[in-house]
Amino acid sequence: MLSQVTMTVNGSPMLVPTGTTVAAAMAIAGQACRNSVSGEPRGPLCGMGICFECRVAINGRPHRLGCQALCEEGMDVRTSE
Amino acid sequence: MAAAAHAAEHGQRVGIIDDNAALGGQIWRGQSEPTASKWAERLRSSGVTVLCGRIFHEPAPHTLLAEGDDVLHELRYERLILATGARERFLPFPGWTLANVMGVGGVQAMVKSGFPIRGKRVVIAGTGPLLLAAAAYLRRHGAEIPIICEQVSWARLARFSTALLGHPRKIVQGLQLKRQFAGARFCANSWPVAASGKSAIEAVTTSRSGKMETFSCDYLACGFHLVPNIELPLLLGCQIENSCVHVDDFQRTTVADVFCAGEPTGIGGVELSLVEGEIAGLTAAGRIAEASSLFPKREKLQRFARSLGQAFRLRPELRSLPAPETIVCRCEDVRYSNLREHTGWRDAKLQTRCGMGPCQGRICGPATQFLFKWNPDSVRPPIFPVHVENMASRPDPELCETTGGRE
Repeated sequence: MLSQVTMTVNGSPMLVPTGTTVAAAMAIAGQACRNSVSGEPRGPLCGMGICFECRVAINGRPHRLGCQALCEEGMDVRTSE
Repeated sequence: MAAAAHAAEHGQRVGIIDDNAALGGQIWRGQSEPTASKWAERLRSSGVTVLCGRIFHEPAPHTLLAEGDDVLHELRYERLILATGARERFLPFPGWTLANVMGVGGVQAMVKSGFPIRGKRVVIAGTGPLLLAAAAYLRRHGAEIPIICEQVSWARLARFSTALLGHPRKIVQGLQLKRQFAGARFCANSWPVAASGKSAIEAVTTSRSGKMETFSCDYLACGFHLVPNIELPLLLGCQIENSCVHVDDFQRTTVADVFCAGEPTGIGGVELSLVEGEIAGLTAAGRIAEASSLFPKREKLQRFARSLGQAFRLRPELRSLPAPETIVCRCEDVRYSNLREHTGWRDAKLQTRCGMGPCQGRICGPATQFLFKWNPDSVRPPIFPVHVENMASRPDPELCETTGGRE
């Protein structure tokens, strides 16, 4: 298994250790996961699949929870809202 | 895991469905902690099937639907053991929606899932034993912790320490934690009053015995103890008492063939959860005598759980933390001033959309329960947002039949 995976966050490539979640990768990239309905940038709150604040589009599938998705080689993550 | 291992070791065909990619819940998270490894090995050697997915619907009796990554599972069971765990309780205060304000367990979970916290300044605030556990964990991983704010009083903490005397193992754990966070300031009578920053938190103001102090920080880890995850038990019709699933001595809920173990029956920690799981697993496998032999162990841990609940009760001052414009429902951005005029949870939902976003009130529900004494007590399927095709379609004929289970 690779010790690191290459992925893109909003088109920018980044390298993260294998086993890193998408939410952790977003935090490493210093990017908010979504904008709230009134336009506030939001990042993860609960870190355990409850709050839905870390939802992003992964490989074109919208509303995936970043905290429960592991980064994979070639993964394309986009902040969807 | 304890329930599944016991049921499988006594001849049952057992499947686990976990909503995380790795077994072990929010604490163990598939990591190689010795107790976790022991249970994982028992699951492997007893042939338990493990699936990843989130249960969202009960389309027929003894049948559940769960959404996995790109797959829909239909689970049929003879007996079901619910071990849905707990989540942190969050209370709104000005600035709590800023990025990098997270739960105490939330920050810990992020570090466990690959976020390097080394060199970051993390203020820890809220209430409960998780504050110290998280502080020790984060310090071990290189975080700088300027202060730990615990809302309860020293007097109450002292009473809690006395209650610990009957539990030598908890004292040892506590002393280990104390050694690990030596150097960080631990303050009782303290809570966060506001977080500030542009796109993410830059500083937090705390109240310590009435005195305001401001700390610059990269993260605020803030959680007010735990609340049980009772949405799935509610969906199945299990009786709920004081926000916990009501069970009998054998961990049976009020619904036939449905058991419940761990935090949903009352917040009590990992050791109580394990013994409740063992009792449920043994009972589900028909081993009543072996299950009964574990009652004294459970009773002792339940006494500890009760003192835990009493010690970390929320103080009423925390109800006045939100400003009128403070967001309470983060999914729909519903503000405190829009909520306080409503008479109850249902009324507020209908008028403001509070609790009607993707988290379905899991965050703002417990907050409004504390702030306004509302009672968010009903659920309807799907209990998690799912893709429309999964709600509309029936799963593949390749069914997964299980006799025990776990969310």
